[in-house]
Amino acid sequence: MKLRSPLSQARGLGSAKDGVGHWWLQRLTALALIPLSLWFVFSVARYRVADYATLVAWMHNPYAAIALALWLIALFWHSALGVQVVIEDYVANEALRFGGVILEKFAHFALGVGSVFAVLKLAFGVA
Amino acid sequence: MATEPKAAARPLSPFMLGQYYRFQLTSVLSFLHRLTGLALALGSVFLAAWLLSAAAGPQAYARFETCARGPLGLVLLLGWSWALMYHLCNGIRHLVWDAGWAFELKNVYRGGWIVVGVSLLLTAAVWTVAAL
Repeated sequence: MKLRSPLSQARGLGSAKDGVGHWWLQRLTALALIPLSLWFVFSVARYRVADYATLVAWMHNPYAAIALALWLIALFWHSALGVQVVIEDYVANEALRFGGVILEKFAHFALGVGSVFAVLKLAFGVA
Repeated sequence: MATEPKAAARPLSPFMLGQYYRFQLTSVLSFLHRLTGLALALGSVFLAAWLLSAAAGPQAYARFETCARGPLGLVLLLGWSWALMYHLCNGIRHLVWDAGWAFELKNVYRGGWIVVGVSLLLTAAVWTVAAL
């Protein structure tokens, strides 16, 4: 016996009214994060970016600045999606669950925008 | 009237772990994927702090560096680098499953051991490159 209406099947949005949007974006950002994360970690290790002058010089390279901004966007997006699932899985109280998801989304977007702004400021800075 | 039924002393999650529940590579790697994901989310706060302190200028960066270069900072950085490599490798394992491949039990275990080995190798490689 089929309990789904033809309309709901055609829409393909499921009970959460979200369809596969969350699932797909989690995979899409994961795919982007594979090369970008490896590039970031090995670049920082190779060029000793921890030093202030080196970091500033590194960010003056437009390719590095663009790649770092792309990595940060993918990272905070992927993290916002992932932490949401963890909260939805383990927080039974509805008010806490909603509050938690709202809070983690705001935190991820604030940190993401802050980090990308920092990259742009370093990239366009005169020093 | 029948006597009140006594509540059976059943093992509750997560206290059954290790006592009644036998760990397997598959479940441990699954826990680790979530745990490293959460750890990396917390680590991204430090990542943002690192970049923002650099954007704020050399004085602010020097203050951040003093904290980061301490023993606790180094331990956290070592943990972060392995967590990233593990989550990345196991993430690829998940993407392979999403494509519908390697679902046979033998391959699930084989992939699991590959993830453990490669994540450790990559972490060692990063710190070797940094030390050179």
